[in-house]
Amino acid sequence: MYLYDDYDRTLVAERVADFRDQVARRLSGELTEDEFKPLRLMNGVYLQLHAYMLRISIPYGTLSSQQLRMLGHVARRYDRGYGHFTTRQNIQFHWIKLKELPDAMADLASVGMHGMQTSGNNVRNVTTDQWAGVAPDEIEDPRIWAEVIRQHVTLHPEFSFLPRKFKIAVGAAAHDRAALRIHDLALRLHRNGAGETGFEVMVGGGLGRTPYLAKTVKPFLQKRDVLSYVEAVLRTYNQFARRDNIWKARIKILVHDLGAEAFAKEVDAEWQSIKDGPLALDAAVIAEIASRFRYPQYRRLDDGPAELAAARRADRRFDAWVNNSVANHKVPGYAIVTLSLKPEGGTPGDATAEQMDAIADLSDRYSFGEIRVGHEQNLALPHVAQGDLAALWRELDAIGVATANVGLISDIIACPGLDYCSLANARSIPIAQEIASRFRNLDLARDLGRLHINISGCINACGHHHVGHIGILGVEKNGEEFYQITLGGKADDDARLGTLIGPAVPYAQVADVVEDIAAAYVELRAQPDELFIDTLKRTGIEPFRERVYAAR
Amino acid sequence: MTSPLDQKIKITGPIVVTANRVGDGAVVYRRGGGWTTALGEADVTANATAAREWINAAIADDLNAAGAYIAPVKLTAAGGVEPGNLRESIRRDGPSIALPEPFDLEDMIARKKNQDAHVPL
Repeated sequence: MYLYDDYDRTLVAERVADFRDQVARRLSGELTEDEFKPLRLMNGVYLQLHAYMLRISIPYGTLSSQQLRMLGHVARRYDRGYGHFTTRQNIQFHWIKLKELPDAMADLASVGMHGMQTSGNNVRNVTTDQWAGVAPDEIEDPRIWAEVIRQHVTLHPEFSFLPRKFKIAVGAAAHDRAALRIHDLALRLHRNGAGETGFEVMVGGGLGRTPYLAKTVKPFLQKRDVLSYVEAVLRTYNQFARRDNIWKARIKILVHDLGAEAFAKEVDAEWQSIKDGPLALDAAVIAEIASRFRYPQYRRLDDGPAELAAARRADRRFDAWVNNSVANHKVPGYAIVTLSLKPEGGTPGDATAEQMDAIADLSDRYSFGEIRVGHEQNLALPHVAQGDLAALWRELDAIGVATANVGLISDIIACPGLDYCSLANARSIPIAQEIASRFRNLDLARDLGRLHINISGCINACGHHHVGHIGILGVEKNGEEFYQITLGGKADDDARLGTLIGPAVPYAQVADVVEDIAAAYVELRAQPDELFIDTLKRTGIEPFRERVYAAR
Repeated sequence: MTSPLDQKIKITGPIVVTANRVGDGAVVYRRGGGWTTALGEADVTANATAAREWINAAIADDLNAAGAYIAPVKLTAAGGVEPGNLRESIRRDGPSIALPEPFDLEDMIARKKNQDAHVPL
């Protein structure tokens, strides 16, 4: 966990006081909606189809049990008893009343939480690998660097009115679990040939109506230079990006129009003028920030305790869950446990207040009071002793977050879609529910292996459909919901954008299409363990396209 | 840019004026110079001049409602008013999916005991 200091606490408290005053002035008529809208957006407050929505930042996806309990309290006291974890490691409440928002924000502020920079044209919540600090394949904890950036860009006056929003991700593991290439700016910590650690800098990724993968503009950046280089990228973007057209204002358009090389030259020119100034990071500053991350006092344990093996032999469901939802930890004797927020019939990413309370309690008992949020809209307990897995599983199962479908076809990423969102053209959630229902047999899902479905209810792509192995995009045609299907997208270290397979299909046929694609894969795979994405890479989309459209 | 108040209004059928209530964001419909939460009680017109007057008045009532716009409706044979498209149906009725149920802690404990009974360690 990161321990906030007085500066952070004061800043958040002052923002609550400001917002309370702004809400009072809006309710009294002193502020018009046009005047109030930019103020509420600066605090993560949107006006959606049915109500106001509050989006709360979860920096680098790390929550304390105290914070999760507070989210449960907000869900219960101010909302309708649940919250929705998003694809950017945030949480949204969909039914907040404007008149109660200041009180909700004050409650959140008491545990260091807020909605600042979760909307608006600024630098959004910096995201990372949800297994940061515990993944065995990690060079070092990327959250330290995410925190350095968070501190610098929070309320930074020069970057509070960018041409458009700006999303940053930081990764430090061999396997990309942070979807780096789909971010405006991504930093990947790695070792160069001399064994030094530094950052690969990628710029210009993003989805939406013009999807691009980020391009590497600097293969190796010294750690001392990370802040000055991020500043140079932001300044270059701020100076040159278009402000006349909202659809052309993201950095991806600028990088594409200029070309990555020319863009990098502009950044470099700016960077040279600031790299040795106050933004050059002093080792002591980094050490100070790193020291505020508190790590558990792990016990000395061995991997593979006897009680775990016995429990796995005794219960097939538990064994299947361990295979699916438990990952290796960098400390012997511990494990990372993913909590599926994708139960059959549920809304992807939703958790009830009671589940939040229960997970907070379980994290205190089994995971040193820490919870992680992943961009796949699942949670994780990052520090579980392997000998505790069976007891933990029983309790997770009882509260409905132990469906052993992590990474499988029913672990669907979906935006709220037309059921909640004022931008959406079509529904996402019922499509996800129908597909999950078709594949509720976990033996069947396991046979299909790793297969990611991403659903967006409009071209803004909050469900990251372009990078789903199967991507589903809702569109509206003559007042009816239709869905475009893409295949072959990936958001990992070999990121790719999916390819559209043909004409959009109506709402009622989407789950059938997914079943057809799954059936085609089973017939086409070279051997049972060839993953869907590898079969697709080998065969191309044509046999899948034929299968889908031959029947329609 | 043309002001929203001056934009030409094209109407091809019956409409209502709708918005979100300022205090809680609830969906409201224009009725008699005020607002109602019931679509069935909303003022309906198929006349562009009336629609323009209503939307201008709705936008001017910024203290009570935000984001006013014209929404299509369908009139039933019995004289009822139904939403004109899926978006408006969802706004009237709420999400088309079942919302999460509050979790029953006693049920959780009972299930846990049940699990404990057949997972020997």
